[in-house]
Amino acid sequence: MTLTLDEVRRIAHLARIEIDAREAAEVHAKLEAIFTMIDELQAVDTTGVEPMSHAQDVVLTMREDRVTETDRHAEYQRVAPAVEDGLYLVPRVVE
Amino acid sequence: MHSHDTLAGLAARLAARELSAVELAQDTLSRIATLGPALNAFVTLDAEGALAQARAADDAIARGTAGPLAGVPIAHKDVLMTAGLRTTCGSRMLGNFVAPYDAHVVEGLRRAGTVLVGKTNMDEFAMGSSNETSHFGPVKNPWNPAYVPGGSSGGSAAAVAARLVPGATGTDTGGSIRQPASLSGICGLKPTYGVASRYGLVAFASSLDTPGPFARTAEDCALMLNAMAGHDPRDSTSLDRPVEDYARALRAGASARPLEGLRIGLPREYFGAGNDPEVAAAIDAALAEFAKLGARTVEVALPAVKLSVPVYYVIAPAEASSNLSRFDGVRYGHRAARYDDLTDMYCRTRAEGFGAEVKRRILVGTYVLSHGYYDAYYLKAQKVRRLIANDFARAWRECDVIMGPTAPAPAFRLGDKTDDPVQMYLNDIFTIAANLTGAPAISIPCGLTKGGLPIGLQVQGDYFAEGLILNVAHRFQQATDWHDRAPALGSEP
Repeated sequence: MTLTLDEVRRIAHLARIEIDAREAAEVHAKLEAIFTMIDELQAVDTTGVEPMSHAQDVVLTMREDRVTETDRHAEYQRVAPAVEDGLYLVPRVVE
Repeated sequence: MHSHDTLAGLAARLAARELSAVELAQDTLSRIATLGPALNAFVTLDAEGALAQARAADDAIARGTAGPLAGVPIAHKDVLMTAGLRTTCGSRMLGNFVAPYDAHVVEGLRRAGTVLVGKTNMDEFAMGSSNETSHFGPVKNPWNPAYVPGGSSGGSAAAVAARLVPGATGTDTGGSIRQPASLSGICGLKPTYGVASRYGLVAFASSLDTPGPFARTAEDCALMLNAMAGHDPRDSTSLDRPVEDYARALRAGASARPLEGLRIGLPREYFGAGNDPEVAAAIDAALAEFAKLGARTVEVALPAVKLSVPVYYVIAPAEASSNLSRFDGVRYGHRAARYDDLTDMYCRTRAEGFGAEVKRRILVGTYVLSHGYYDAYYLKAQKVRRLIANDFARAWRECDVIMGPTAPAPAFRLGDKTDDPVQMYLNDIFTIAANLTGAPAISIPCGLTKGGLPIGLQVQGDYFAEGLILNVAHRFQQATDWHDRAPALGSEP
């Protein structure tokens, strides 16, 4: 495959990672090498093979419907960058 | 003073009150203070907490209420959450993060009475095979400080290899316990996926991440796993199975041929021309030792295993790109100081908080999951993952364990592979398959190169064969002394 520099910028934006021109060029070369390695997979015949998403065939179990967690929001919010009145603060998104 | 005792030996002496936990904790802390900084094995030390836990262990021993590992000092990889003690994941992103709760395996080892002395250095978010991607700098290999200890659990491996602690935790997503165990000359076990809970383990690739122990002997790994395993409803993939004593088979008396009838599978694919000749020779010598213990070898075929590296570098980054989206500067971790709007805040926070390797993997993962590429990459990789699992299922009809080198070569020099991610990834060629299938595997020391670097043997088992592979490793260690070899460190206290 060939990955273009524009595609690198596009996926960086999708991943919400700011990337400058120098970094994009550097990452571009390394991603090309990684995808050349990954592209080995394309030659494998996988007709009729069931995809394997997980090591164990586990079924999600249901727990009893009762309260198990206590209110620890103050504790959890202590590690947040910006909090006010129990709410997480972010830049204004609605004018 | 006690640094050359095994974890089992220390636990017995503590229980018999021949040694106090406080005395042992003080010794451990002073050895870490002397030898630790040069190795950079620890990110955070907790001397005060360790001494308090040691006092509690001494009290519990005196009252007769102590857990099986009471007073034994250990360290946790800095990806496992420890309530009140910083958990950084080797990243600037979590440089000041103090978790409000303990990981399940941390709880288990606390309950067993262990004394936590600190958190160990690691590749950032467990992404690396050399411990060079840590925000807190690389870890040095105790056998030679110019070499890497392996990764991503490099700090834990180096701490145990340097006899700073008798045991430590790690996590293994593609070999991150076994490869550093091999490169650092100690034992490292990746249990069956689902045996030890992932609750409180900061997620990298959820379908592969597996917590496990590092120690000097297989017996010590078994004792640690006893405290780490068990069903945990807070991890939906934790398996509800009867409690198992992983050290049980190891307690059976020694005999001349303790492994009589054991069938060792040797995959041709693990013994290719790509292996370092000294590694190949050490593995052959170990196999000859197993023959003396009564085992016989059979050739097995794992043709799809050669694809495990490309499969892994689709699946792991895909899962990582999703898992690491939680680091957005809102609920925890780093937030950029300056930004224009919300999107800009995310972009700058993540650009500043993550290192180069983590960004690369997020980008690979984002790409393979993006519209138009999902079938060609992610789905394709999941299908080849099935082919790899099918190879092993066939092999288990012919053998009880599979052996080979843990890594194709001994430790490499710091800086040697940092510019070539693909070369770095190929280090994990023999370890990744066990993560893709979910079955257990252990690395144990089996030799040293002429240059004095350790060589590791990998013993793989079928699902839930931890007890078997630990016993196989234990019998080898009863007959050999590779696990007793220790690096000569500069200023031994």
